[in-house]
Amino acid sequence: MSDIVLEARDLVKHFPLTQGILFKRQIGAVRAVDGINLQLRRGETLGIVGESGCGKSTLARMLVGLETPTSGDLFVQGRNMAKVGGAERRRGRRNIQLVMQDPYTSLNPRMTVGDIVGEPFEVHPEVLAKPKRRARVQELLDLVGLNPDHINRYPHQFSGGQRQRIGIARALALNPEIILCDEPVSALDVSIQAQVINLLEKLQDELGLSYIFIAHDLSVVRHIADRVAVMYLGRVVEVGTEDQIYENPTHPYTQALLSAVPVPDPKLRGMRDQIVLTGDVPSPANPPSGCRFRTRCWKAQEICAQQEPALAVRQSSAHPSACHFAEVRDVVHAQR
Amino acid sequence: MSTDVNVKLDALPGLDSDALPLEVKDLQVEFRTRNGIARAVNGVNFSLRAGETRAILGESGCGKSVTAQAIMGILDSPPGFVTGGEIRYRGVDLLKLRESQRRKVRANRIAMIFQDALSALNPVFTVGFQLGELFRKHRGMSRADSKVRAVELLDLVKIPAAKQRVNEYPHQFSGGMRQRVMIAMALALDPEVLIADEPTTALDVTVQAQIMSLLAELQRERNMGLLLITHDMGVVADVADQISVMYAGRVIEEAPVREIYESPSHPYTKGLLESIPRLDLKGQELSAIKGLPPLLTDIPKGCAFNPRCRYAQDACRRDPVPPLYQVAPSRSSACHFWKEVKADV
Repeated sequence: MSDIVLEARDLVKHFPLTQGILFKRQIGAVRAVDGINLQLRRGETLGIVGESGCGKSTLARMLVGLETPTSGDLFVQGRNMAKVGGAERRRGRRNIQLVMQDPYTSLNPRMTVGDIVGEPFEVHPEVLAKPKRRARVQELLDLVGLNPDHINRYPHQFSGGQRQRIGIARALALNPEIILCDEPVSALDVSIQAQVINLLEKLQDELGLSYIFIAHDLSVVRHIADRVAVMYLGRVVEVGTEDQIYENPTHPYTQALLSAVPVPDPKLRGMRDQIVLTGDVPSPANPPSGCRFRTRCWKAQEICAQQEPALAVRQSSAHPSACHFAEVRDVVHAQR
Repeated sequence: MSTDVNVKLDALPGLDSDALPLEVKDLQVEFRTRNGIARAVNGVNFSLRAGETRAILGESGCGKSVTAQAIMGILDSPPGFVTGGEIRYRGVDLLKLRESQRRKVRANRIAMIFQDALSALNPVFTVGFQLGELFRKHRGMSRADSKVRAVELLDLVKIPAAKQRVNEYPHQFSGGMRQRVMIAMALALDPEVLIADEPTTALDVTVQAQIMSLLAELQRERNMGLLLITHDMGVVADVADQISVMYAGRVIEEAPVREIYESPSHPYTKGLLESIPRLDLKGQELSAIKGLPPLLTDIPKGCAFNPRCRYAQDACRRDPVPPLYQVAPSRSSACHFWKEVKADV
């Protein structure tokens, strides 16, 4: 139990939809995250994949405490973040830090790099005495591969990849155990993307960090993650080790998602057994009854509309999969 | 109806129906900014046959979108200026045409779809009105007739319930549906060349697969030339016939799709291919290209890639810029050491 650093139990976030100006009444809710269970072990990387609107960023915001869950529990190193208060809660939060997606908007243009990376110490002054901070910031810059002498520069003087390094240095400032990366490389070019991924892996080895890595790029997640959770409309539909998810996916949505990824190998053109889904993701304000994927699923039958499939290990699936008709289908290597 | 337009287009000086639908020769574009002149495009050459898909591959700032804008004649000017070269549609140099003549080529013969469909569509007009506008302006149709055509177009791009949806506004469509509307708009007047500037970058992978297969189908039906501008090497491998890789405003390698993935002959292309995460490299370090792309106001001497290149030698750091060496028939590379690069596995 002790090696689980973060656990989410039935985490729910509903955003209310209101009507009326003076007397607001709630007419519904956007069910952004609707009952999610996750465990993160020490030193591992948990990848979370899913399309836009599936709730992965809302989940990230809840995990770092930027959003209060509607219900459910979040445990950081055994502390129930909703129950503990004051200093204990701050210590919990200190241990989980966020790297944001867009390095152009997540850094304050009016602050120097030194102020940006040193800002966490203002919030948590007990971590490091003031006179030592500047040296620590320079150490952090060096750690992420930036020139420590650039401490007085402003964000606009750096390129996209370098800015993302600043964001990573800021996240590392308080010596957290858990780093949550919300689409950390999707705003970067391919050649720069590889540099940042290498940096994240190096830091994990050196500092023993645990990562939650949220991304929509499946090949990047495969490269970095030990375990992967696939999300659809606020729910986890399948979770397993990287091998289980990519080699033996059992949920139809995972299969469709994997088969839609273009493979950078022209020899396979027209030979891959692609599943092209019809239609769009339904609105999270009004999700379909039963299985949420059934409106786009080729396997859907009556039971799918009536009964929501549990995320569980089944006879036909060695790892948890939320489908009544879960079965292994290798889509990554499938050829016609 | 379409003959009507052909009559007008015949009036273009030097129109030759046997010539290629699109040919770009030594195109140069610069942006005159307060911080100096940024040379966004420095002599780009390529051609496009009917029915062929050519991918222009490159990272942000390499000049690929500017090239597309120059072809369409929608460059922001000032600060952007085409300073040299030719853009030929069936032998006619578009750069020499009057704006009124160019307008006839645009949408009629060469059309374009953009990355962000929401900002490319006008939010205050219905989708039907915007689609119909093409027929009203270019074909002189009435409002009622143009609306009938708009419904047909929405049907063509497989938007369900086209009759109802034609009266809706862009914000009522999802991202994938908006991109379909853009494709419908581009295909409205039956162009011979379609330029797609990052058409699926803003979309999710499952929607991307839908849009790319729709584009491929429509291209086949109409034998249209497709110029696909993208940075996604997966998409390119799936749809392109020919590839031009751009770096710092130049085409640095040109080859048929299979050969370029098998044996890249320019260090930059090689670096790009190696930095994609691959299954057999799981748990290992990705081989990233070191350093950053150059500023367009300050492109390095000699080969623009030399500061980041592991093959670079003295000759690369000196002018002139390496020419496009012929590597094989229909294959070229702008690297002095292409033989070494190609042989290196």
